[in-house]
Amino acid sequence: MNAPLLAIEDLHVHFNTYAGTVRAVNGVSFEIRSGEMFGLVGESGCGKTVTGLAIMRAIPSPGRIMKGRIFFQGEDLITKSESEMRDIRGGRIAMIFQDPTASLNPVFTAGYQISLQITQHRHVSKKEAKQLAFDMFSEVGLPHAKSIYNTYPHELSGGMQQRVMIAMALASGAELLIADEPTTALDVTIQAQILALLSQLRESEGLTILLITHDLGVVAETCDRVAVTYDGHIVESGTVDDVLYQTKHPYTQGLLAALPDTVRHKQSLEVIKGSVPDGLHSVSGCSFHPRCPKVMDICLDQPPSLIIVGEKEHSASCYLYMEETA
Amino acid sequence: MQRLDYILKRMVMAIFVLISVSILTFFIARVVPSNPAAAWVGPHPTKEQIEKATLELGLDKPLYVQYQRYMQDLLSGDLGTSVRTHQPILSDIKTFLPATLELVFVGMLIAVLIGIPLGVLSGAFKGSWLDHFTRLISIAGVSMPVFLLGLLLQLLFFRQLGLLPLGARVSTEVALFHPVTPITRMYLIDSAVTGNWTAFKDASIHLILPALALATYPIALAIRMTRSTMIEVLNEKYIMAARISGIRERSVLFILALKNAIVPTLNALGLAFVYSLTGAILIEIIFSWPGLGTYVTNAVLGVDFPVIVSVTLIMTVFYIAINLILDILQAFIDPRVIIG
Repeated sequence: MNAPLLAIEDLHVHFNTYAGTVRAVNGVSFEIRSGEMFGLVGESGCGKTVTGLAIMRAIPSPGRIMKGRIFFQGEDLITKSESEMRDIRGGRIAMIFQDPTASLNPVFTAGYQISLQITQHRHVSKKEAKQLAFDMFSEVGLPHAKSIYNTYPHELSGGMQQRVMIAMALASGAELLIADEPTTALDVTIQAQILALLSQLRESEGLTILLITHDLGVVAETCDRVAVTYDGHIVESGTVDDVLYQTKHPYTQGLLAALPDTVRHKQSLEVIKGSVPDGLHSVSGCSFHPRCPKVMDICLDQPPSLIIVGEKEHSASCYLYMEETA
Repeated sequence: MQRLDYILKRMVMAIFVLISVSILTFFIARVVPSNPAAAWVGPHPTKEQIEKATLELGLDKPLYVQYQRYMQDLLSGDLGTSVRTHQPILSDIKTFLPATLELVFVGMLIAVLIGIPLGVLSGAFKGSWLDHFTRLISIAGVSMPVFLLGLLLQLLFFRQLGLLPLGARVSTEVALFHPVTPITRMYLIDSAVTGNWTAFKDASIHLILPALALATYPIALAIRMTRSTMIEVLNEKYIMAARISGIRERSVLFILALKNAIVPTLNALGLAFVYSLTGAILIEIIFSWPGLGTYVTNAVLGVDFPVIVSVTLIMTVFYIAINLILDILQAFIDPRVIIG
């Protein structure tokens, strides 16, 4: 077993708003091993993106990391100074986003942007940076690297823009790529291409990827391990096979049941009734209990802790499985 | 290719506007209720004198013939003759325009170099002491009458500190013993080209106060415009993405964000530039600067229509040229305008 590249322990991120404190991330812990593709899954507003930004130490104001540790290659990122973080951001950990059109600067060519990235993090000449940019563009499957170099973002399709973003992330030599919904804004065929590219880069470059998504289908196809988040904490985690096929937590079960089924052609989609807590008003006990079909008395009192529920490291935080292991 | 098309299109439009304005100014000059022939011959003319002048000036011909002649003269560089001084207007403008241009160029340069960086920083650090400080500067800059500012500058730097001259383009000593060879008649350029460094230094020193006084309003303008567009741009996702990828904050602000934010500021400064060419009259008077503002004011007071029309036409040319330059610049700054 590889040593973890990234280990997050009991991360808490709060946003102090006028309406009160929003607990966006509320005790998230997980580990990502070198070379793996790790999925972080959940509905909108459950703290996935904030977790990604927290790793980069780039939580937008008024958010703050209240508690927790983030170990990257054994170093605690929380204790790093701002200038040390600047080398880590982009240099060792890179992040790409849902909307590549908005993430690329409209008034600079793709080549300028990737070169700035390269010269910022690597001690290379302008000429070497340009050559490296060409290599990276070919690496991410952009044809005619030289003409792409002089192209402005608005002249590229969404899929090509996302490839440029990935090339920029790789160009500065990052070992960990945080991909925040990288395919959500793209259409299905392009989506598949980008996912295939990420898988391929993982093989060829030894890139470790944290894939943040709401799409369990994407996770099933590409990830090794997965953590399911709900209301700012992890409710179930383990290998993709365990979590998706030996599903334990009622929330994960609900998510899977809500997937559109092309075989059975059901009249309407299953839904999980209710909505995600807003993080402002804390729910007593297990925060999923108001929506849980298997709710018990004990669920209302105390939040359950994450326990091993099956094979290897398959764990879930649910009272349904407490007596089995206790 | 697309960019070239865009630039050519802009140029054709500029020429079209220029022709329209020449027609407009010509007819306005003909419509005003004053007899050019009477003005030409001077006070208390006889009937014969007026008739002779009318023939001489071609005023008996139909309007379109007069316009044709006017355009022919214009294209051959003849702007006509001042009815007040009987001097060719072109030679007058050749003396006054370069003085003004030099002053306005330097003033605008100061505005760009001071106003834009301050605007970037106050936008980036909204609410900081720097932001409050630049707000103070810009409020003072737009609200203080320029003659008061000019007098205060003279009081401080000439009277109290004795550091800078009171006015004029060069000191008498330099004018007598190190005269600037007139080439462009912009002293900084002419003295630098001819290697007359004594005059260059002297002309530079004389430029500081009037250029500063002239730059105050554009500085305020540049700070406020840059600040507000920067605040908008800094909220964009690509700025967050750049910061998250570890780009130095200096590069984020002054390269990645500024290029997105600079176009409105440049447009405003372009307008301020053209306005200052004739609008700097108060500064010219206070600093004894022999510029276009003074010239055109005297022409207006003396109902010297050929001069007014010529200056209007020249201002229009500048205005169109500045706009054309800004359009072309914009096509290089933000390539999306070409298709937009």
